[in-house]
Amino acid sequence: MSNIYKAFENGKAFIPFITCGDPDLESTAEIVRAVARSGADLIELGIPFSDPMAEGPVIQEASMRALTGGATTDRIFDLVADLRKDVTIPFVFMTYANVVFSYGTERFVKKCAEIGIDGIILPDVPFEEKEDFAPTCDRYGVDFISLVAPTSENRLVTIANEAKGFLYVVSSLGVTGVRNEIKTDIPSITKVVREHSKVPFAIGFGVSRPDQAIQMARYSDGVIVGSAIMKIIAEHGKESPAFVAEYVREMKEAIASLK
Amino acid sequence: MSRGRFGVHGGQYVPETLMNAMIELETAYNRYKSDETFNKELESLLNDYAGRPSRLYFAERMTKILGGAKIYLKREDLNHTGAHKINNVLGQALLAKKMGKVRLIAETGAGQHGVATATAAALFGMECVVFMGEEDTRRQALNVYRMKLLGSKVVAVKSGTATLKDAVSEAMREWSNRISDTHYCLGSSVGPHPFPMIVRDFQSVISREIKTQILEREGRLPDAVIACVGGGSNAIGSFYHFINDKDVALIGCEAGGRDIHTFETAATITTGRVGIFHGMKSYFCQDEYGQIAPVYSISAGLDYPGVGPEHSHLHDIGRARYVPVTDDEAVEAFEFLSRTEGIIPAIESAHAVAYAMKLAPELERDKIIVVTISGRGDKDCAAIARYKGEQIDE
Repeated sequence: MSNIYKAFENGKAFIPFITCGDPDLESTAEIVRAVARSGADLIELGIPFSDPMAEGPVIQEASMRALTGGATTDRIFDLVADLRKDVTIPFVFMTYANVVFSYGTERFVKKCAEIGIDGIILPDVPFEEKEDFAPTCDRYGVDFISLVAPTSENRLVTIANEAKGFLYVVSSLGVTGVRNEIKTDIPSITKVVREHSKVPFAIGFGVSRPDQAIQMARYSDGVIVGSAIMKIIAEHGKESPAFVAEYVREMKEAIASLK
Repeated sequence: MSRGRFGVHGGQYVPETLMNAMIELETAYNRYKSDETFNKELESLLNDYAGRPSRLYFAERMTKILGGAKIYLKREDLNHTGAHKINNVLGQALLAKKMGKVRLIAETGAGQHGVATATAAALFGMECVVFMGEEDTRRQALNVYRMKLLGSKVVAVKSGTATLKDAVSEAMREWSNRISDTHYCLGSSVGPHPFPMIVRDFQSVISREIKTQILEREGRLPDAVIACVGGGSNAIGSFYHFINDKDVALIGCEAGGRDIHTFETAATITTGRVGIFHGMKSYFCQDEYGQIAPVYSISAGLDYPGVGPEHSHLHDIGRARYVPVTDDEAVEAFEFLSRTEGIIPAIESAHAVAYAMKLAPELERDKIIVVTISGRGDKDCAAIARYKGEQIDE
């Protein structure tokens, strides 16, 4: 078992997503340290992929900037190893199947364990295909994190039963990105998840404002925010650490006291 | 448990949001594929609407000039809408209709699949949105107009390299946003299971007809079947009913682009390695970190960094052979077939013609080669003219 459970010991968890290498890896290091100090409970570190199928325009563009700027899997491993000298909150990698498969799944997961990565999220690997990755993750004590979606229906129980680390509840249809309104009947999903999952669960996709975070946190153990953060980074570039930190502080404060 | 494997290839690598849609589609397909009414309706559409069976034409002048094996052309270019794409589209559109879907979305490269989908949508009274790389909307402006004329919306995809792969990604993103009333009419034998199986089955009418036609004409099976391969739908359709006939060589012609030793190529099996992308495990052009490579071919329809999982498997087990054909060779074949037979092939199909031009002279005169002409070349005339340095307006 990884350290992911610790992220959920401090009230409702706030989980920011950050694309590594946008605008550059030095800035990513500063942003990660800043958000860790501002109350983030777990950080999703995105390894950029050329063709991210589950992402909306904001993260697609962040990924392109990162790749164009020279971010590679190996450089991101070095970044994480360096961050681990002083940042202790759990880290999970979010990337796509081919990034892991192409590196060599065993080699990739072994490296994750060495540098202190607690989990891996691959949005293009559904329950049926997790055999390619999950057993290797188990061997190295890295949690292979599962996702459920508004369309999961009869699949919820099966997926929740085998969830490791935390369960990622996708709030909406479609891809990642800021949404004005989340229309899914979240309580009916989280009720099933709560009954069958042995691990905490957090809701992501479409959350950007404190009021939305509160709404989602009421039904879950935590909230994941990606596109709203990458928008701040796109706007402020190298100057973004302070702005992202301020945003994370505001979001964490909004949900911390909820029961 | 993973489904839809061809050896190690295939599978269903899609976001959880789409999984139930995959299962729903597979269930519906399995139900209708052996349904008599469905098959009768489809057959009548293929025959009365699309103009099947397509001709198997003995290319006598071409055979004489090349001085070797007898060459037959499977004329998919004579189908309604001018390419093999209609075979698959009529099948999927009919299936979608039975499933209660009212809207079709599709990706397109050269525009042939987009036009075919727009055509079926018009025929069935369905709404249709086609995703096409912005770069391709320029290369194939005429097809963009055809789709609009048929009542479809065309979305120019600007992300990534703005070509076919980005159109596929964008169509999948759109599908994950609107599933309940929409069917994603995927145009090639790629993507997550059950698409490679469904597209292959609907395209396998090509090899079924070739078999009957060549037995009638020659009283025996051909020595080789040659087809171009992008994602590989016309090729798998041309190969399928010959896979168990071990004496029939199956040859897929990939887009070599400027050359396979440059980065300007789309020859996936020749230059790529196994990866996971667009829902499937298969061969992909990619860098050392698994980032999908920007590929290049003169042909918008072959300009794709992956290949269907069944082709990857046929390659692994040595049942089919995949060879690269360069832009220059394809253009030469485009002109050669036009002049010798009066048939202007699609630049995609010209890749298969080019390899036949190499192979035929090496074989004895009693050997038989079948080349699938997957589509007609009218759409390519302006681009080829430009390639040859002639400035013409479409």
